[in-house]
Amino acid sequence: MGEREELINKLRAMAKRMRRTALAMTLGAGPHGAHVGPSLSIIDICAVLYGGVMQIDPRNPLWTERDRFLLSKGHGALGLYTALAETGFFTREELNTFETPETLLSGQPAMCVERGIEISSGSLGLGLSIGIGVALAGKKAQRRYNTYVLMGDGECNEGAVWEAAMAAAHFKLDRLIAIIDANGLQSDGLCSTVMDMVSHEAKWRSFGWETRCVDGHDVSALLDAFTATRKTPNCPLVVIATTVKGRGVSFMENNNEWHHNRLSQAQYGAALQELAD
Amino acid sequence: MLPINASNARLWSMLGSRGTFGVAMLEAAGGAENIMVLTADLSVTSGLERFRGAHPDKFLNVGIAEQNMIGIAAGLAKEGYNTFVTTFSNFAAMRSYEQIRLHLGYMRLNVKVIGLAGGMAMGHFGNTHYGIEDMALMRAVPGLTVIAPADGAEIVKTVDALITHQGPVFVRLTGAMNNPIVYAEDYNFTIGKAVRLRQGTDVAIFACGTMVFESLVAARNLEAQGVSASVTNMHTLKPLDTDAIEEACSYAALLVTVEEHGVIGGLGGAVAECAARRGGAPRQLFIGLPDRFGKSGDYKYLLQKYGLTGEQIASNIMATLGSRTCNVPESRVMAE
Repeated sequence: MGEREELINKLRAMAKRMRRTALAMTLGAGPHGAHVGPSLSIIDICAVLYGGVMQIDPRNPLWTERDRFLLSKGHGALGLYTALAETGFFTREELNTFETPETLLSGQPAMCVERGIEISSGSLGLGLSIGIGVALAGKKAQRRYNTYVLMGDGECNEGAVWEAAMAAAHFKLDRLIAIIDANGLQSDGLCSTVMDMVSHEAKWRSFGWETRCVDGHDVSALLDAFTATRKTPNCPLVVIATTVKGRGVSFMENNNEWHHNRLSQAQYGAALQELAD
Repeated sequence: MLPINASNARLWSMLGSRGTFGVAMLEAAGGAENIMVLTADLSVTSGLERFRGAHPDKFLNVGIAEQNMIGIAAGLAKEGYNTFVTTFSNFAAMRSYEQIRLHLGYMRLNVKVIGLAGGMAMGHFGNTHYGIEDMALMRAVPGLTVIAPADGAEIVKTVDALITHQGPVFVRLTGAMNNPIVYAEDYNFTIGKAVRLRQGTDVAIFACGTMVFESLVAARNLEAQGVSASVTNMHTLKPLDTDAIEEACSYAALLVTVEEHGVIGGLGGAVAECAARRGGAPRQLFIGLPDRFGKSGDYKYLLQKYGLTGEQIASNIMATLGSRTCNVPESRVMAE
């Protein structure tokens, strides 16, 4: 088995574990419930970044050269937390504190750089601007770290996203990578019905970004999207990842009831069967 | 730091608060390596033309996008920069309120927001450019320090202090050009520590920004009428110097707050919140702008219209001392 194939298999297994962990955390949250659907849609993206792309070191979380991952769509918290657990920033036991009083793992992330949570998020549309500042600081210091900002497609309704999109290209931030989790659903229904963005690809390109469209659950394609040589120099990159909300659990897929919901023991059991090795 | 003396005080008065900020920033940034100054298409208005030329590597114009500016500043601060941002006070406080709340308040990132032209300094521009709720909004953000310097010297002091101060701060500049001078010699400026400028026994006046000078005028006027008024420069609205208020409550029969800001939630609100907790506090006269939008006009005209000159403040206090209520300014303005 080649090195690449090994990596792909590793990332697939990692993503599957993350899905199982996210479901366990949702079950553990009990009546509070969790944003399980929008977390499942980003898990492959997070697995690829944390398991195969980003330079990070949980023993040295403040390492100045580390790649930065900013979860702008804070409701994807379970995707971030399970990735951080996979890479050693949190133990399984700590994950059990999800949504309990005084926890480090609240329903939407609260900044704790020492544990890999780079920013607080939850209010949508704010992450990309912060990412610009982080990327600018790296550029000024001639550091080689990348800054990844993950947003939802619905999140891109927010005007602040487009102020940032404009500025990132203007400042030629070639180490800033935005990722759109294009699962096609937002809180009130289909994105195309609630607020049709027509074409993310055309919009971001017209704002001066290099665009890459990819199947957001194809680990191999995601790996290529993040690592392939850039076609356009001196501009930021956006990876538009087509995803399925609730991906991996048949009764959750494309079902907005699972945007935020509680999970019964029976549902948990059924979901785990679908995610068995 | 630039020396505080009569000659510089005259210069800063002439430059106005924005020009003085630019001069102070230029001076302060020279020796500081980790400074970044951002503006939203207002570098000239912020007095930063020379700074932009002298320190292009420390300067960033983000275009007319205040929300993005606070976000970028937060990202830079997260990576270790002491980041200053400038725009009109009302735009900073309102257009980017949530970014300030989350990035400066919640995440406690080291960003200093310099709010230009708080109050009615923009005169003829009208209410879109007035900052009359900015202090109330900023004061409500948990963990945010809020400073309103009294004059040019205090702007210089504030900028100097912020070069080393760690943590999020909102600075509200007031006044236009040719601002009155409060300080022509050096003094001890500490964030969170009020400065008693004048002793008095009957009335305790607390003021910030441009109203510090007018309150000193008022106190002299009151003295001529046999009323002894203390004047305290509450340059920091948050954290509030509660000791200064406690002390005033112990000697004064009337607390007076004077601010170029709406009477809701600004300095008056801050002092009242403190005094009310004490129990048995003296009455308080809130001098500021009424709770409604007015018409535009030149700056001096507006100060006069809303009773914010020293003489008017004094007569307002005299009327209040002679009456049982404290609603004199509102009723007077509403009657116009």
